[in-house]
Amino acid sequence: MTAAAPEPKTNMGQPVPRYDAVVKVTGRATYASDMPLVDPAYAFLVTSAIAKGRIDSFDLDDARRVRGVIDVVTHENAPKLKDSKLFSNGGYAGTTIQPLKTAEIAHDGQIIAVVVAETYEAAREAANRVKVSYTASAPTATFDSPGTTVAAATGQNAQFKEDPKVGDFAKAFDEAEVKLTASYETPTQHHNPMELFSTSCAWMGDELVIYEPSQFVYGLKYGVAEQLGIDADKVRVVNPYVGGGFGSRGSMTPRTAIIAGIAKRLNRPVKLVPTRDQGFTIATYRAETRHEIKLGARRDGKLVALRHEGAEVSSRPDAYCVGGTKTTTRLYACPNVDSLVSIVRADRNTPGFMRSPPEVPYLFALESAMDELAVKLNMDPVELRRINDTTNEPISGKPYTSRSLMACFDEAAKAFGWAQRSPQPKSMSDGDWLIGYGCAATCYPTQMGPAAARVRLQRDGRTRVEIAGHEIGTGAYTVIAQTAAERLGVPLEKVAVFIGDSDLPPAPVAGGSNSTASTCSVVTMVCDQIRQRLFKAVMPSQSLTDKAKETVGIGQTPATQAAKGDRPLDLEKAFDALGVGVVEEYGEWKPEGAPLDSFRAMHSGQVRLVGGHAMKDQIAYAFGAEFVEVRVNRFTHEIRCPRLVGAFAAGRIMNPRTARSQLMGGLIWGMSSALLEATEIDERNARYVNDNLADYLVPVNADVADVEVILLSEQDDHINPVGVKGVGELANVGTNAAICNAIHHATGQRIRKLPVRLENIEV
Amino acid sequence: MRPFSYQRATDPDTAVQALSAAAAANNPLTQARAQPLAGGTTLIDLMKLDVMRPAALVDINPLARDWSAIEPKGDGVRLGALAKMSDVAAHDEIQRNYPVIANSLKLAASAQLRNMATLGGNVMQRTRCSYFRDVSYENCNKRNPGSGCAAMDGVNRMHAVLGVSDQCIATYPGDFAQALIALDAIVEITGKSGARSLPFAQLHKTPGNTPEIETTLQPGELISAFSISGRWPRSVYLKARDRQSYEFALSSAAVALDVQDGMIRDARVALGGVATVPWRAREAEALLKGQKFDDGLAQRVADAAFADAKGRRQNSFKIALGKRVVARALQQAVTMEI
Repeated sequence: MTAAAPEPKTNMGQPVPRYDAVVKVTGRATYASDMPLVDPAYAFLVTSAIAKGRIDSFDLDDARRVRGVIDVVTHENAPKLKDSKLFSNGGYAGTTIQPLKTAEIAHDGQIIAVVVAETYEAAREAANRVKVSYTASAPTATFDSPGTTVAAATGQNAQFKEDPKVGDFAKAFDEAEVKLTASYETPTQHHNPMELFSTSCAWMGDELVIYEPSQFVYGLKYGVAEQLGIDADKVRVVNPYVGGGFGSRGSMTPRTAIIAGIAKRLNRPVKLVPTRDQGFTIATYRAETRHEIKLGARRDGKLVALRHEGAEVSSRPDAYCVGGTKTTTRLYACPNVDSLVSIVRADRNTPGFMRSPPEVPYLFALESAMDELAVKLNMDPVELRRINDTTNEPISGKPYTSRSLMACFDEAAKAFGWAQRSPQPKSMSDGDWLIGYGCAATCYPTQMGPAAARVRLQRDGRTRVEIAGHEIGTGAYTVIAQTAAERLGVPLEKVAVFIGDSDLPPAPVAGGSNSTASTCSVVTMVCDQIRQRLFKAVMPSQSLTDKAKETVGIGQTPATQAAKGDRPLDLEKAFDALGVGVVEEYGEWKPEGAPLDSFRAMHSGQVRLVGGHAMKDQIAYAFGAEFVEVRVNRFTHEIRCPRLVGAFAAGRIMNPRTARSQLMGGLIWGMSSALLEATEIDERNARYVNDNLADYLVPVNADVADVEVILLSEQDDHINPVGVKGVGELANVGTNAAICNAIHHATGQRIRKLPVRLENIEV
Repeated sequence: MRPFSYQRATDPDTAVQALSAAAAANNPLTQARAQPLAGGTTLIDLMKLDVMRPAALVDINPLARDWSAIEPKGDGVRLGALAKMSDVAAHDEIQRNYPVIANSLKLAASAQLRNMATLGGNVMQRTRCSYFRDVSYENCNKRNPGSGCAAMDGVNRMHAVLGVSDQCIATYPGDFAQALIALDAIVEITGKSGARSLPFAQLHKTPGNTPEIETTLQPGELISAFSISGRWPRSVYLKARDRQSYEFALSSAAVALDVQDGMIRDARVALGGVATVPWRAREAEALLKGQKFDDGLAQRVADAAFADAKGRRQNSFKIALGKRVVARALQQAVTMEI
């Protein structure tokens, strides 16, 4: 075992290497824009230089003269497309702002023309030569800009049904022995996955194939079909590998149907690879947020009142919001809770999912406030969490299916050396550097969605698993292969996994950390169908003992059968008895409490995730605790975070190697969101300014010195058949608060606005 | 990016000739139709962004045969303009006697860029002003003379507080140049009418009313070498930035001292990340000469260095930061063991 492949503890799978490791490190993995096309034309986007107004005219003469240009498509000659509703309103789109429809401009960097040419170079050159005359009007950029409209999220966002509250907050806060009121802010952030927002569209007669990095091939398939006005059976989305998603590829962007329409018109495949800066405006982003937290507590630290008010920016037409109060009002025991989420509309592109959408900004506020309260109470911040730990969430009193928050705090504290912290701010240093230790809780809802799979087993043990899941770098191939191998009792190397193709049985969006729980649950179920057929073949039905029935049911692994004295299935004997060479099974699984229309929705590209606080009698979350060491230079005020330790408990860990990797990436991202990442907006013109990877700062290797991930053993039999909570979005939550808490410890200064930059430090 | 011709120059005359052709269209030099290509780490970047649109590239890499040596010269050193940043940073003599040079190079860019980029190209690196680098903004006096300056009241956290004008506040982004200006380097130049040389301090021009003119180089001229006289073992380069590597300075200081028996005999202070050009703080140096060092002096020197600084909405912090960086760099230089 190595650091990268931790020894599995109880209820953990083996840390087998990634299924796709070799193809990836040898550069043979085919990403969307690597897919071979026959005689493609190349598209290059022209995007608006204003955020609000209209296009008066184009001068395209210069562009059309570039050798190799086939067409310049603008709103005047674009393919006619139908609108798609926002995903949260039953549609597929991440934005309802459909470019190339009219001369109107609704946000910075909106697609206003597509140049199509024989080569990428010609398309790019011609795009540079497109001249546009605008009539611009003054746009509204963000909070505090003139012209925003503000309204409560409830009533305008179908997925944000109510502001959680319980008890009498006002009275309890008024009477509280210790009170804290504090405001926090988080910035605009962009996902910046390595793979650009490419799309390639190829028609064969009336059938369309789309190669595009997608976290939801079924959603894209149905969404594009709807926009083109064709039968979804005619559309196939293929992407075996996605070069990072982080939520940005969860819902459909307008580019796909546009390129599909152009390809249809040209009767030729069209390939689009937008630029890095275009990715800032043609897809989604994490919007900036503001928070006010009020905490009331007894002297002994027990919370008596909690209020969280959040405000989030969205576009003019779309009421996107993340509404993280659903989590922050339930994290700690507190009898009197109030909350409110508002949406602030501005002239911006529509924001969307970005890794742990609700929890990253909202837990920053709550976990910073908890640290501030601990300081007020003169109490260790870990102990404040312990005092307010709970087995039931306070809003409706439902029990957590399992909750290892304090176990995570204790493990991480030990590994970090929290006991060596001298609690007084500014009391630790090393040469030019002030040292601060800080910590915060993390949590993320356990979610799952309906999924289908097809599994084929051959007599020689070779197995093929088909499911339209997504490999966004998380290890989906690997854990699906492990699940099938384990369940069928075949060697791992005999399992072939096919995902990322909408011709395969449907799986949910790779979002909300549901993928492993959903895909592995259905694969387990379908493998069991195969086992059942094989067992029936070798055992006449009347002789099928209770014990044998049990062994073919869900919830048992071959390893535990052996322990019970059951013979493993003799494949050759079973195939002989059946008289066939191949057994193939298809199955559909839905989580408990899934809505009645789940399977119908699943087959039409709609997401029906259940879990988190929305379960009927229980609430399911994964938990963790993060500890960081921050160093602040007393002369330059530079802030570095050389050490991050996180302990996490998330039900069954399918593969400690891939889980650790995801959690480690999360911790690093969490540090990034505290100290580096922010999209700068020019408020005069509502435009993103640092729209490139040189100026949009993310950590480089030198910023990441020591990251330790501790996986706690946890078993939860109440969530899904595989007992998985999901780890994708767990580790980048709370890190931002832990870092600000550590900065306070280092400097005595409380910083409530992210990212923290050296100019914010006053030592 | 737009089509361009590519020519490989195997000797200086060919390079100079190719770069001097169509001289009438060559002003300002930053918009010349023919541009020299060395490491390409700035030029190709700006061409992709459509900021620079040369019709002809003259690849001068073959000149590295004669123009990349790192050689002692008298009591000083001569650095060929086509030497790679990484080679110079790793050179024994440079590390021993010119730590300010070695560190200014080491702390710049990334390992990959330092392996490609040349010294000459590095000092000619153009500003990172976001509005300059994005052609969708019309108002950039540097790119589009007379059009105004979007940065003046825009996102200007990274912008300059020294050497600014009403026309431009774009920061000179490099690190190495601060070491050169501090050490009174001489720039050797090859052009149409032969070789000439000038003090490095006379290479760059503050923006004034013509931010599009960035240097005193003439069309067809190429930097062939930098030479430095004397040795400066007591020298440091201190760089404050948002992340630990691959990031431009928010503020930096190149400091070189000659200290005998506690008395500062000579002092050089140059500032990076805060000025429109490589910046020599001569008023600050004057305060140091002939003095014994203490923290109070460091503070007065730092104040003098930024006496004329002019902050704007997002970058005023650079004045206080710059002073602390200067003071700390001086402390480090005084106390370093040589």
